[in-house]
Amino acid sequence: MLEPAMDAIAILIDWFPYLLSGIAFTLALVLASLGLGVLFGLPMALGQVYGTRIVRFLVAVYVWFFRGLPVLVLLFLFYFGIFPALNLDLPAFVVAIVVLGLRGAAYQSQIFRGAIQSISEGQMIAARSLGMSRMQGIRTIILPQAVRIALPGWSNEYPNVLTDTAVCYAIGVMELLTRTSQIVSQTYVTMPIYLAAAGIYILMNYSGMKALHILENRVAIPGFGPQKGDTHAR
Amino acid sequence: MHDDDYILKVEGISKSYGQIKVLDSVSFNVRKGETKVFIGPSGTGKSTLLRCINQLTEPEEGRVWLNGEEVTHSGSRINAFRQKMGMVFQNFYLFDHLTAVRNVEIALIKVRGMNPKAAREKALAELRQVGMEDWANHYPAELSGGQAQRVSIARALAMDPDVMLFDEPTSALDPELTREVLEVIKKLARDGMTMLVVTHEMGFATSVANEILFMEGGRIAEQGSPEELLNDPRFSRTKQFIGQFREYDRGA
Repeated sequence: MLEPAMDAIAILIDWFPYLLSGIAFTLALVLASLGLGVLFGLPMALGQVYGTRIVRFLVAVYVWFFRGLPVLVLLFLFYFGIFPALNLDLPAFVVAIVVLGLRGAAYQSQIFRGAIQSISEGQMIAARSLGMSRMQGIRTIILPQAVRIALPGWSNEYPNVLTDTAVCYAIGVMELLTRTSQIVSQTYVTMPIYLAAAGIYILMNYSGMKALHILENRVAIPGFGPQKGDTHAR
Repeated sequence: MHDDDYILKVEGISKSYGQIKVLDSVSFNVRKGETKVFIGPSGTGKSTLLRCINQLTEPEEGRVWLNGEEVTHSGSRINAFRQKMGMVFQNFYLFDHLTAVRNVEIALIKVRGMNPKAAREKALAELRQVGMEDWANHYPAELSGGQAQRVSIARALAMDPDVMLFDEPTSALDPELTREVLEVIKKLARDGMTMLVVTHEMGFATSVANEILFMEGGRIAEQGSPEELLNDPRFSRTKQFIGQFREYDRGA
């Protein structure tokens, strides 16, 4: 009765470093998704609000495509279809970063778009009345406000993105779940290994949200947007 | 052709929204140091007129000159003209994410390219002018309406404008706060600032204006000095309009 449990713990201790190194991959995927999401999502949001009809249309199509397909379908499409068709032999990890990044941009662009649109039009009118160009108004007045307004919604993308990374298992990225199942198939120990992986996911989730909450408080401005100490994100 | 006396010339400005003609060929000239006050019923195009002058709203017809240079059809040079035509809005439109002093200095830095230290000094001096220096590091949400409006006046003044455009600067304020803002505007008038003011404050209008322009139906219906307006029988419509306000004040 006690022996199998002792065995499981011993196996877990043996394999724990291997499991932990999956965190690096998972974290890289999360950062890529959030980072590329801001890098591409913010300009896309601006394009959707301020762009010409063609720009708005292109962004809408992009968002419709990347939000319309399951992430697993996107991964297969790019890994087995699009990249091979372009004669690009990319490692699964790189494909996963590209797919999660592009997908993140689609979702996050809509968070930023909502934030930009919630800013009263008087802000831009005042900027223009002082002699700012439209671009200067966007850069110095609209964007700093939009980013602050968007932050809570954007933070909520973190757990979504984190849990989504597990599907990269399907194309063999060496992230947390892939490593977990490899350990299981080699040791025939199931429950303790999956529990350990689950514990790591939960810990990553909690600490990430905590960090984002601290960031939210740090950039909060009195009387503007989300307030310091607002607890809704907890 | 353009009288050098005039700092601002407005000629035949027309603007429609759909079927409604908001401005119908409005013309007037402004001398340096002059204060013109626009009064009249709501919806007669007073605010639209101010916005057509600095092209925040593009008029369909008509031309505007500032210091003999044409403001209308000026392409990207409009940004340079707008700096010289400071505007104050009914709802202040302070930049919500910036402190009072940052509100005043931001255009100095970003538009004028002034170095941050000099811009800060100038911004504080402008805040001092409107009695808001002690509030320099407060955010707009922490200010009363009157304080916010005074900061927005400082923000416009910081660009060293040739003309100030006031678009109902006290309409969003209660009487007590109205007074503190009107005092600031009166002081500017005394200091020789050229100003166009749209207001419903009749007492203020008659005390500060060199000329009152009564607008109705998108046109300047009557115009004259406050003395003329109060004594000359020609100004029956304006007097009637002001009379309405008096009656209302008594009733209240």
